[in-house]
Amino acid sequence: MTGWEIVVGLETHAQLATRSKMFSGAATAFGAPPNTQASAVDIALPGTLPVANAKAVEHAIRFGLAVKGQINRRSIFARKNYFYPDLPKGYQISQYELPIVAGGEVKFFVDGEERRVRLTRAHLEEDAGKLLHELSHGMTGVDLNRAGTPLLEIVSEPELRGAREAVAYARALHGLVMWIGICDGNMQEGSFRCDANVSVKRAGENKLGTRCEIKNLNSFRFMERAIEFEARRQIELLEEGGKVEQETRLYDAERDETRSMRTKEDAHDYRYFPDPDLLPLVLREEQIRKIETEMPELPDATRERFARQYALPAYDAGVLTASRAAAGYFEALVKAAGVDAKLCANWQTGALNAALNEADLPVSESKLSPASLAGLLKRIADGTLSGKMAKEVFDAMWAGEGGADEIIEKRGLRQISDSALIEKLVDDVLASNAKQVEDYRAGKEKAFNSLVGQVMKATKGKADPEQVNRVLRRKLSG
Amino acid sequence: MSLSHDQIRRIARLARIAIRPEESEAALERLNRVLGLIDEMRAVDTSGIEPMAHPLEAHLPGGQRLRPDQVVEPGQPQIYQSVAPAVEDGLYLVPKVVE
Repeated sequence: MTGWEIVVGLETHAQLATRSKMFSGAATAFGAPPNTQASAVDIALPGTLPVANAKAVEHAIRFGLAVKGQINRRSIFARKNYFYPDLPKGYQISQYELPIVAGGEVKFFVDGEERRVRLTRAHLEEDAGKLLHELSHGMTGVDLNRAGTPLLEIVSEPELRGAREAVAYARALHGLVMWIGICDGNMQEGSFRCDANVSVKRAGENKLGTRCEIKNLNSFRFMERAIEFEARRQIELLEEGGKVEQETRLYDAERDETRSMRTKEDAHDYRYFPDPDLLPLVLREEQIRKIETEMPELPDATRERFARQYALPAYDAGVLTASRAAAGYFEALVKAAGVDAKLCANWQTGALNAALNEADLPVSESKLSPASLAGLLKRIADGTLSGKMAKEVFDAMWAGEGGADEIIEKRGLRQISDSALIEKLVDDVLASNAKQVEDYRAGKEKAFNSLVGQVMKATKGKADPEQVNRVLRRKLSG
Repeated sequence: MSLSHDQIRRIARLARIAIRPEESEAALERLNRVLGLIDEMRAVDTSGIEPMAHPLEAHLPGGQRLRPDQVVEPGQPQIYQSVAPAVEDGLYLVPKVVE
């Protein structure tokens, strides 16, 4: 695959976090019994008229502000016409010539290196219903609960280079829409879905190759595999002297391949035109200003601030700003613990994240509140607990055995910092291990470690290993 | 500008309207008349005039009204599905479609 460049553009549908539909007052909750959340507007009964949801418009403005796009003060809803049973009106209300957001960019990281991708546009539209094909009598079932759900379609420029970069962008975008509270990001429920436009070209060639659109990428892992497969397919085709046909392809996760869904010949002709049911969407300056003042600090800014304010490495700052909940947790933890921020970062990105991953919980549902984890960190900072003992206390706290101090007391886990006692234990160990002492003096560092181990054993692991080290070295060199 | 029979077939297909071959000529003539009217309107000099997206735009410069994000319409599938040709377990049934 050398000598080729892979070019990817993503179209992402983010379901906007609203209670009601884009153009009707029906509910948008996931998982309701079929057709119980489809109103007369959603099922396209004659005589019904759409009225747009103010909250969905606000969410689109939030997104435009977050990506520093141009927020069009006047945008137009258009009809995208096609016939399919999941679309009762025979058209989808979308935006075509004048979207609500034009341009903007998203920053993301690949292997710690910063990249940016420009956005073409982001526009408001409504979702279609769902079809169920696996019915016993061979008919297709139609559930219109999802019909009319508000979506923001976010279109990137075709300037992502390869599968990994595309996935890194998609993850950053996913994090951003959740951060600013416009989408719940639930990919299993279809709240965040991507289509990828993939093409390949010879290295150094300016002209883009013919692209294929891959649909049905409902996880980041599938996205990476699908783009990789598709790029390889196109390169092999071209190297054999063939030609890439512009077409829509479907990713089949089970077979790990893409296959043709429809070719250009039967490509849809959507015949867009302005929807006569809807006047232009006109935004007022004060409305945009108001949303701007209510915007949270954005992930980029928070990451940079964490690195600066708490003197954290870029990696830690990145992990701690993976979500707004994680960032909030960290700041609450630092505040409650009143100890070195790096210690807080280590425990949140280490033990806490590992425990959350294992329990498959988001940080917002952590079994340890920032205040309770802070209780543990205080005992590390004041020398009561060694790192190893602290992990034991952490596990007990996670298992619900109580607060840090309570567990330390109950398990007798207080670190021995009584220097007289340690001196005595060191003397005992030295006296009964003449061989190791001799080896150490002959230059065998291993012997020293064995002596430390013996002292730690004598304290049942409750001594500070550093203190033991110091005392041992002093006595051995004396 | 005028249409060909091939274009009539394509437009009919896109609109899911069945036009029999013997109807094609009449459809062609009627659609060409509409296009003729559009050509006539094109003769008007509209340079420097910004196109409207909606006929009422000039009267309603504030644009469309929005509604607050509230659930005010309960689903009433029993009523809506009473006129559906086929229903099962709350689903509307249609002939099998596979894309």
